[in-house]
Order: sequence, then C-alpha cells, then structure tokens
Amino acid sequence: MTQAIPSTDVTKTEFGFWIYLMTDLILFATLFATYAVLKNNTFGGPGGHELFNMPFVLTETMLLLTSSYTSGLGILAAHRLDKRKVLLWFGITALLGLAFVSMELYEFHHLYVEGNSWRRSGFLSAFFTLVGTHGLHISIGLLWMTTLLVKVYRKGLSTATIRKLSLLSMFWHFLDVVWIFIFTIVYLIGVA
Amino acid sequence: MSNHQHASLESEAGLGSYTAYTTGFILSLILTIGAYLAVTENLLSGNILVTAVIGLAILQLFVQMFFFLHLGRESKPRWNLVAFIFMVMVVFIVVIGSLWIMNNLDYHNHLTPSEQDSYMHTRNNEGF
Repeated sequence: MTQAIPSTDVTKTEFGFWIYLMTDLILFATLFATYAVLKNNTFGGPGGHELFNMPFVLTETMLLLTSSYTSGLGILAAHRLDKRKVLLWFGITALLGLAFVSMELYEFHHLYVEGNSWRRSGFLSAFFTLVGTHGLHISIGLLWMTTLLVKVYRKGLSTATIRKLSLLSMFWHFLDVVWIFIFTIVYLIGVA
Repeated sequence: MSNHQHASLESEAGLGSYTAYTTGFILSLILTIGAYLAVTENLLSGNILVTAVIGLAILQLFVQMFFFLHLGRESKPRWNLVAFIFMVMVVFIVVIGSLWIMNNLDYHNHLTPSEQDSYMHTRNNEGF
C-alpha cells in the first residue's frame, strides 16, 4: 500500500519527521529555560567560569559542525546513487560524532570526579540535564547511523534507504543547530 | 570532482547542492569563531557582549536552516516553514515567560524570612 504512492510519500515522511524535530526543539527550549533560571544558583559551588575549558569546547563544536557538513555531502552522494561516497561521508560523520560524544563524556567524567556532579548545585543539575539530553540525542543518532550504514553496505541504496538517510541527516543538522545554542548560552555566556 | 557534483546538482534546488552546503559550512565556521573570539579575547564586555554573541548564534541558526535544512526553499504550501515559525513562537513564550516569572518571584523573595511572614500575613488578611 505504501509502495503505491512513492513520490508524494517521501515528502510526507519528511514533513512528519520535521514536525517531530519541531516538538523536540520545544523539549530543548524547556531545558534551556530551566538552565537560564538556575544559572546563578551555584549554592556556593563553582560556576561556569571555573569549570569550562573553552578550547576543549570549541574543538567539540568544530567536530559537530564538520560532521553536519559531511552528512550533507553524504546526502548529495545518496541522490547520485553513489554508494561508496555515501559510506565514506556518513562514515566520517559517524567518526566525528563519536569523537564529540567521547569528549563530552570525558568532560562529564572530569566534572564528576572533581565533586562537581549534578548533585552539587541547581546550576550543575540544569547543566547536566541540558547538555546530557543533547548528548543522548547524538548517541541515538550514532546508533541509527551505524545500523543504516550496515544496511546500505549490505543491500545498497534503495528508495527506502535514501529516504532514511535524508531523515537521519535532517536529525543530524538539527542537533548541530541545538548545539550552537548550548555552545553560546551555556559555554560562551557562562565564561563571558 | 566538485565541478561535476556542482553541475549535476545545481538544478535540484530542493535537495540542496554542493555549493549550498559549502557556503553554509564556511559561514557557520566564521560565525562560531567570531563568537568564540569575542568572548575569549575580551573584544566586548557586559550586556553588549551577551547580546552580540546571541545575535551571532541566531544568525548561524538562519544560515544552517537555509543552507543545511533547506528551509524556505520548498515548493509552495510551505508547511515546514509554517511549523518552524510556530515553534519559534512557542520557544519564545516558554523561555522568555519562564525567565520573566522566575525573576519576578526572585524579586519578591528578596525579603528576609520574617518580612516574608508578615507579607504573607497581610496578604492573607486582605484575602487572596
């Protein structure tokens, strides 16, 4: 039944996914609002000034921005039905994403062992919730990307896999957009 | 190689092209590094710095929405754009509304506990 209407189906699927992304942005908005409210409630503990390592965070930002770009190149390759390039660009995207998550986990671990966990203050609870929710999205995206790439590698590019790749790249661009605001509101303004 | 991609994809406006992605990427890089240097090199300070940095982030939002997510370049009934604008409105209400309410609460909370008690008593006697 779904096979019967292939051409309009693609745009409908993408529109449905877009609506999901918009609601997900509202989830992030509530977490941003919580963070903005609790930002100064450090409960005598350290604030962003003492905690954030800016060159480290800039590196994370660059990794994610570049991965957003390479996922776009992957989509262009998918529309050209170039399987090898799809695997190459999305492979690079996945590696950059993995590097980003690893750096974030390292930062979280570092904060935790120094005694600055989410239990330290309202500021840190909001920080871990906001940044952690984004990191969770990235991790789920990586899982999705890995399974999809295995499928493309094994079965090649079909209408269905190309559609899934385009949804995945929308998701990935969207997460980069959210990160711009985490980078700006949490980190840059945190040390400004 | 890039010329070949360029030529074959330029016509497919809705799907984005190599030039669009590259332009978006370079603009994003400039905006990110600009905001970063404004903070770390103390180019500005105080509220001007905060406003400038948020302005650069919003600019980058538009750059990525246009060049990466192809927003506003769809064919006529632009439901994606409509959904996006509605979302921006909701986000604005949620974020600004929360900050407004909580700051107001915080302002009233600048009383000492005994002051707060007497305040609550008078309010109670007046009838809420």
